[in-house]
Amino acid sequence: MNGVHDLGGLHGFGPVVREPDEAVFHADWERTVFGLLEMLAYEGYFNIDEARHAIERMGPDYLTTSYYEHWLAGIQMLGIEKGLFTREELDRKILALQAEG
Amino acid sequence: MAHSHTAPPPPIALRVKAIESLLVEKKLIDPDALAAVIDLYERKIGPRNGAKVIARAWVDPDYKQRLLDDGSAAIAELGFSGAQGEHMIVLENTDKVHNVVVCTLCSCYPWPVLGLPPVWYKSAPYRSRVVMEPREVLKEFGLAIPGDVEVRVWDSNAELRYLVLPQRPKGTEGLSEDELAELVTRDSMIGTGQPVYPS
Repeated sequence: MNGVHDLGGLHGFGPVVREPDEAVFHADWERTVFGLLEMLAYEGYFNIDEARHAIERMGPDYLTTSYYEHWLAGIQMLGIEKGLFTREELDRKILALQAEG
Repeated sequence: MAHSHTAPPPPIALRVKAIESLLVEKKLIDPDALAAVIDLYERKIGPRNGAKVIARAWVDPDYKQRLLDDGSAAIAELGFSGAQGEHMIVLENTDKVHNVVVCTLCSCYPWPVLGLPPVWYKSAPYRSRVVMEPREVLKEFGLAIPGDVEVRVWDSNAELRYLVLPQRPKGTEGLSEDELAELVTRDSMIGTGQPVYPS
């Protein structure tokens, strides 16, 4: 199925930008997102194909967000769809963490 | 009220922390295992694995043949196997053919031999362009492929992952297998670079 992720042959993305001596992760949250998705797949809450399909369902946001933001979107979408947590629980937790500073 | 249409979305790091906290509190994931998997892919698995495979193929013709016949099995002989490398195909560069690997749909990459992919490999410019104008893209990597050499672009997928077997640099006859492995760059195993030549 075509989708926003199907980039082969599209025009207009410009030159390939490389980063010398690139680190594996660029922020702590990227590490966590990588580990969470790997663990959730390893534990069988969803599989890698489901994760990829979730990312492909992001819509236009796909093109304006970074790679591990895609993974985060996939984890959040599947976490809710699979009943691992609810949207309300997530919102409450975010507010609680914000209050802790 | 949890939602306001005027409030900015929470920062990414906060959202990640919230999901991590929920999953740990609900005992759906083990925080020690989480730390271990991150450490594994950040520090232990990387392109030095693939370099050992390439160096072995350069010094051992029988191994090279096994590698080209059944990549997964030959790579596993050196102890490298696991997630995102279950079905490996090794592509040999020759005087006539230069191979280059992409994943146009996402980021498929042979983790056991190369680790996690760099940002450029996952980027829209590389994924969109290398299938359409590979020679131009390779030039941007500093790699000019002669006109009489065929460029083959391989689009990875969830099931199949590719590793390029670059040509052994000339003038390296006296080097040991370990010394040869030092010459093998990550990009030479993706096809966007060459091994480094000994000075």
